[in-house]
Formats: sequence, structure tokens, C-alpha cells
Amino acid sequence: MEILNAALVDWSRAQFALTAMFHWLFVPLTLGTSFIIAIMETIYVKTGKEIWKRITKFWMTLFAINFAIGVATGIILEFEFGTNWSNYSWFVGDIFGAPLAVEGIMAFFMESTFFAVMFFGWNKVSKKFHLISTWMVAIGSNLSALWILVANAWMQNPVGMKFNPVTARNEMVDFWEVLFSPTAINKFLHTVTSSYVLSAVFVLGVSAWFLLKKRNIALAKRSIVVSSTFGLIMIIVTIFNGDESAREVYRTQPMKFASLEGLYYGAQAAPLVTFGIFDIHKPTMENQNPKVFTNKFEVPKLLSLMATLKPNSYIPGINDFIKGNEQYGIVSYFDRIKMGKEAIGALKVYQKERGKNDSIANAALTTFKENYKYFGYGYYNDPYDLIPNVPLVFYSFHVMVGLGFWFLILFILGLVFVLKDKVQDKRWFLLTALWTIPLAWLASEAGWLVNEMGRQPWVIQDLMPTTTAISNINTTSVMITFFLFAVTFTVLFIAEVRIMLKQIKQLKDGGH
Amino acid sequence: MFENLSYLTLQHYWWAIVALLGGILVFLLFIQGGQTLLYKLGKTDNEVKMLVNALGRKWDLTFTTLVTFGGAAFASFPLFYSTSFGGAYWVWIIILFAFILQAVSYEYRSKAGNFLGKKTYDVFLFINGLIGTVFLGTAVATFFTGSFFHVNEMHSSFWDTDFGGLLLALDFGRYATYINLSLGLAVFFLARVLASMYFINSIDDKVINERSKKAIFGNAIPFLFFFLFFLINVLVMKGFNYDPQTGVVNMEAYKYLHNLLAMPVVLIILLLGVVAVLWGIIRGYFFYEKCGSKAIWFSGIGTVLTVFALFLTVGYNHTPFYPSVTDLQSSLTIENASSSMYTLTAMSYVSLLVPFVLAYIWYAWSSMNKQDITAKEMEEDTHAY
Repeated sequence: MEILNAALVDWSRAQFALTAMFHWLFVPLTLGTSFIIAIMETIYVKTGKEIWKRITKFWMTLFAINFAIGVATGIILEFEFGTNWSNYSWFVGDIFGAPLAVEGIMAFFMESTFFAVMFFGWNKVSKKFHLISTWMVAIGSNLSALWILVANAWMQNPVGMKFNPVTARNEMVDFWEVLFSPTAINKFLHTVTSSYVLSAVFVLGVSAWFLLKKRNIALAKRSIVVSSTFGLIMIIVTIFNGDESAREVYRTQPMKFASLEGLYYGAQAAPLVTFGIFDIHKPTMENQNPKVFTNKFEVPKLLSLMATLKPNSYIPGINDFIKGNEQYGIVSYFDRIKMGKEAIGALKVYQKERGKNDSIANAALTTFKENYKYFGYGYYNDPYDLIPNVPLVFYSFHVMVGLGFWFLILFILGLVFVLKDKVQDKRWFLLTALWTIPLAWLASEAGWLVNEMGRQPWVIQDLMPTTTAISNINTTSVMITFFLFAVTFTVLFIAEVRIMLKQIKQLKDGGH
Repeated sequence: MFENLSYLTLQHYWWAIVALLGGILVFLLFIQGGQTLLYKLGKTDNEVKMLVNALGRKWDLTFTTLVTFGGAAFASFPLFYSTSFGGAYWVWIIILFAFILQAVSYEYRSKAGNFLGKKTYDVFLFINGLIGTVFLGTAVATFFTGSFFHVNEMHSSFWDTDFGGLLLALDFGRYATYINLSLGLAVFFLARVLASMYFINSIDDKVINERSKKAIFGNAIPFLFFFLFFLINVLVMKGFNYDPQTGVVNMEAYKYLHNLLAMPVVLIILLLGVVAVLWGIIRGYFFYEKCGSKAIWFSGIGTVLTVFALFLTVGYNHTPFYPSVTDLQSSLTIENASSSMYTLTAMSYVSLLVPFVLAYIWYAWSSMNKQDITAKEMEEDTHAY
């Protein structure tokens, strides 16, 4: 591994961010609507009422439009690890490749096979087999989410592997540890349940539009019942597993945790900044103690409580990591960098002397193993380079959490109004529900920003710097493909949205 | 059970899986072949619609197989994945682009408000059909003829020419380019042959079937020409070989011919495959009235077997499956490019799912395929593409 040119790193990152964030516009809607449709079709099969078949088919059409572009934007992500992150692919491919392969075998075939039955099988297969197929699409989509999130969780908290100095890569030693790591479980639960919330907001919002236009009243009201109930349950689960995720981040990625709360200076009984505006000053070697916020509103002790369940515990801040804190057993980044350089040097000696001079090779191997924990730090010189973009992570996190609570209120209101049969008269609520649709996407993308930007500058936490992970290709190529993707995806996105709006607008009362 | 296998056996097992996926993928490229025939076989809107829908219900099987092929290659031979994808950057990006365009085209082409218009989406389908077949075929040929890269001691790979691998298909001063392209074109025409057979099998329309029958013949001739050109060249050319003890790579005359002779089972699979493809063509064209609709099965299975055998030829018997012509010793073999023994073992258990996957695909489609696609159905189906 070596650090490659900065422009290439930036363009590679920009391209991955672009393609991933585009892909994520469509995935959460697929994850959630697939279940919502399955629930609706189940009601149809149980009650035999045609209206429910019509409702199912309508949402299914929107599902398919969204699914297609999800597939289109997804294929590039699978191969991008190879095309743009080839050093990464070798260094951790032994672990990271497996979930991707399992995803293909286990989930993608399930999705695509039953997707065809779900759409074209209404008159070809039995009602029961059709219903099973619809559920299979939902399960398949969510299974694929499981495997890719397992892979992502591993980048946050690499477990179940060991470095092999002969092949100079990390190798898997425990598949189950990778699959069932607490990070993976939390990540999966938080991501899928929050995606269900997004889908519920979408169904609720579109239904609200129908009511505002006084069309498809029966379809809209029933859809509000299903989406509000589903959404309410899921937002509660999301809030709880989000809380659990925060503790998981605190345990495994304390720097990310400090960043998402803007905690520069560690504190006993740390308060939670619920609202804050940054003074932007990032600590640097020259300015080690900057002012953090210009304005803020805090809740005392809440951060300590959130992170450790103890209101008076000490929460280390960014400064503690840079400079170290003996009292709490934190090794400073200065020392980690030193140890990392030792490890890198020793590995080189080992590679060179192996098979030629065993005593030198073995000594080098011992040094390497002693310092391996901080291997990745050796690629840096300035500890201050190891701080993520704190304001970005902080704001994203707060937007996500704030909106999460807003969705909770929205679903409660929706459910109350629809059950009292008053929802069609609450124009303000219907308008609010409609305008909440984009906010659901904002919250979801913000969550990914916290996750991915909060991990920087690591591609794999503490192990592999992002700068060493890219492919050795020329920057111009990546620039060109960046714009190719940007233009193509934008065009396809416009097409998708227009088709969806058309489908929604042209749905006539009683007809399809 | 897989724990008892040696590392080398696991590497062979995984190469066989990659080979099988490759074989199935090339067979399923009939979807791409069909996409290049839409306006040749369909002259009216309704005819085109039937053709699109016949393909549109199965396109994602091909797509999924491609993705799974990538995933399996990543998991089992990560050094190949990182070297080839990261090096032949433009080759893969162009292939991926073609598939991105395909993924939306079926769903969007006939929907109101689709922004680009039906014709554009049909052009996307054509582009995918052309690039998907020609580029993939050409890329596979480089497994025999070699690429330009080197790998350093830390397993970081570097491509040694500009244009991210495109020279493998465009450097006409090199004889190997013609071999590479011939396989690309062979796959393209084979995909069109298979598509024509598929249309006969799944569309109940006399006019389309008659045109498809002619297309079988019209595409079989160039297919045979390019395929034989490729095969003969591969059999007589110098191939890449490595010493199993030292791992040192050298060139050997008639290497791939030797491989087939050294592995008679592979030779038999190859011959069976080629014969089955030809038999399908003969049935489809000359005995069209009697058994034309079954032709797809012969040629389809024949395709799987042929490609499977070609992959085994280039990966087994101490042959680097991804050779480098600029630095012989950087060539990738199933031994030096593979995952660790643990990962291969774990993934081998996962591979046991494959029969179940095939079983439900089979079950779902046999219940869906009871009736052929007809013009009437197209009018009634609200979700037709």
C-alpha cells in the first residue's frame, strides 16, 4: 500500500459518493414498499375484496419503476470496488468479497425470479403462489440489504480476520463473527427499519395528495391506515435501534462518536448539544484548542447517558484521541502513528528477508505483530489529519435524529385522523404529509453521511487509510467517468420521477 | 465436508464454479442478442412489443448472473478482481454502462412521461445487446491471449498501457487483437442465434417465428466463422504455463491443445457442447416445423458446456487464467490469485445453495411459461412493457 495522488483520491471518492448516494435514493423505497405491498396483498387474499387488489397493483407499479433504477444504479457499486478501489479489493477482498457473493446467490436471484411472478403472474399462477412471490420479493430485497450492510459494518469494525504477512492482506478466520458482529446487526436493523419509515412516509404522502385532490379516496384512506401503522411501528423500532447504534459507535469508533456530537474536549457528565452552530475552526497542530460552537443549546448529562447509560461518565473528545489520555487508557494518535510506522517498516523487512534470513525475518515479524493494531496510522504524519469533517458529521447526525422524531409525530397524527375518519378534512395535515416526502430522503442520506464521513480518513477503521485504497489509474479517466455517471444518473432520475408522477396523476377513480 | 479438501482442490472447485457461472452467463446473453434483433424481427409496433416482452420477463436473470459472476470472482479470486477491474478500467466501465442503460429500459420504454421517448430506450437496449456481448466475449478471450499489467510484491496491480484495457480490442497491429475480437463477435452472433430460438419457443406468432427461423441461419454462419477462427488460433498458439512447484511462468507451444489432451473430460465436455450448439441450430432451421421450439434447449445447454470447458482449459492444468504479456511472472493463476483457504471453505458451503436457487427458478418459470406470449395477451396485460 502506498499513498497515491491526492486528486485521484478525491475523484475516486467523489465518484463513489455520487453513485452510492444516487443508488440510495431508490433502495430504501424498495426495501419498505416491498413489505407494504406484501401486507396489502395479504389483506386482499384474506378478505377477497377487489379494492385491495387495486391498491396492491397501484403501489406495485410505483415499486417497479423505482426498482428498475435501483438495479441500474446498483450494478456499478458492486464492480466499483474493483474498478476504482482495487488496492482495497486485494487488501480485504478475502473478507469483503464473500458477503457480496452471498448477496448475489442468496438474494438477487430471489428478487428477480419472484419479481417476474409478482408482475406477470396475476393470471398465470394461483393466488397463493402469487402472494408467496410478493413476500419473496420483499424478503429477497431485504436479504440483499443484509449482506451489503454486513460488508459495510465490517469496514466500520473489522472483526473475524487476521493479517497474513506472507500475502500482505487480511484474511477471514471467522465467518460468523463477521456476520453476527454487533456492528453488523445494529447497522442492518437501523438501516432497514429506517428505510421502512421512508417508504411509509412516501405512501402516506402520496395518499395525502390524493385526498387533497379529492380523488381515489377509498384507496388513499386504506393506504394511510397501512402506512401509518407500519410507519409508526418502524419509527419506534428505528429510534430504539438508533440509540443502540450510537452506543455501538461509541465502543468501536469513538472518534466518529465524538465528531457526531462535536465533542472536541472530553468531559465528565457530558452534555448533549441538541442544536449548535460551528465556529468552523478545526483543531490543527497550530491551533490545538479552538472554539467549537458560536451558538449552542445543550441538555446536561445526556451525552454521557446516551453513550454509556451512566449520566456521570467521562466521554473522551477529539482532543483526548490526538493527545492521549492515560487516565482513561487512550493511546495518543502521536503514539499510534509511531507504532504504525514501526509495523509498516517491519512488514517490509519481513517481506524482503523471508526465506533468506530467518532470524531477521522473525524478529521483524514480532515487531510487526506488536504494532499491527495501529498499522494504518503509520501512513499518516500529522495526527490532526485523522479527524473527520466534524461540522458535516454533526449537522448530518442532527438532521437525521431531528427528522426521525418528526416522523414519529406524523405517523401518530395520521393514524389518529384516519381512524377517526377525519383525515380528509385536515388539509394542513395532508399538505404537511406531502411535503414530508423529501425530508424522508434527506434523513436517510444524512444517515449515510454520518456513517461514511464519520469514518474518514479510514476506508477500514484504523486499518486502511482511504488514500491507499484506490486503483492505480489515471485521474482523467476517473474524472470522465464521474461526469458520465452524474449525467446518466441525473437523466434516468428525471425519467423515473416523471414516470412516477404521471402514474400517480393518471390513477382514475375505480380504474387502473 | 469442505474442511477436508486441500487448498488446491478448493481452488479448483471455485474455478469450476466461476466457469459454470461464465457458461450460464453466456447462454443467458440471448437476452442481449434478442435486443439487437427487435426491429429486424418485429416490423409492427405490436410485433416489437411481443419481442420486448418475451425478453423483458427474463432480462434480470442475465443481469443477476453477471452480478453474481462478479461477486463470486471477487470472493474467490480477489487478485483477479482487483487487477482486471482496476486495470482494464474502461473495458469494464463501458460494459457496466451498457447494463445500467438496460436496467431501466424495459420498465420505462412504454410508460407515459418517460422523458426520453420509447425509441431512445430501444436504442439503449440495442447498445446493451451489442456491447454486452462483444465486450464480454472479447474480455474472456484475453484470458487466453493475455493482458498488459504487472503486480508488485504488495499485490498492488498496475496496468501497463493507456486507455484502460481498450487496446486489447483496438490495437490492430497485434495479432492477438483479432483473436480477442473474434470471440467477442462469436458471442454476439451466438447470442442472436439463441435469441431467435428463444423467440420461436416463447412467442406464438407465425410471422415472428418465420423471421426468427431465418435469423437462426443468418447469424449461425458468422458465428461459426468467428468461433472457429478463435478456437483454431487458441489450439495452435503458444500458451501460458506455470511450474506448479516454483510458480514460474513460461510460454509453451500448443499449451491449450495440450490441456485438452491432458484433461480428456474437459475435451469431451467441449465437444459435447459444440455438437449440442450445432444440433440446436440444425433443428431450429432445418427441422423447424417438427421441433424448432426445442432448439433453444440444445444450443443453450451446448453453450453452457462449451464456455464451461473453455474456462476449465484456461484455468486448470497449471495454466495462468489471467496472464500478463508485459510481465509474465505477474500472471494470475488459480493458486496465486485466490482467497484464503478459510474463505474458500466458507464460500463452498454457500455454494450448496445453488441447486436450491436453480430449483425455485425452474419452478417459478415452469408455472409462468405454460402459455406462449400472444398478441392478445399484450393488449390485455396492463403491465406489458
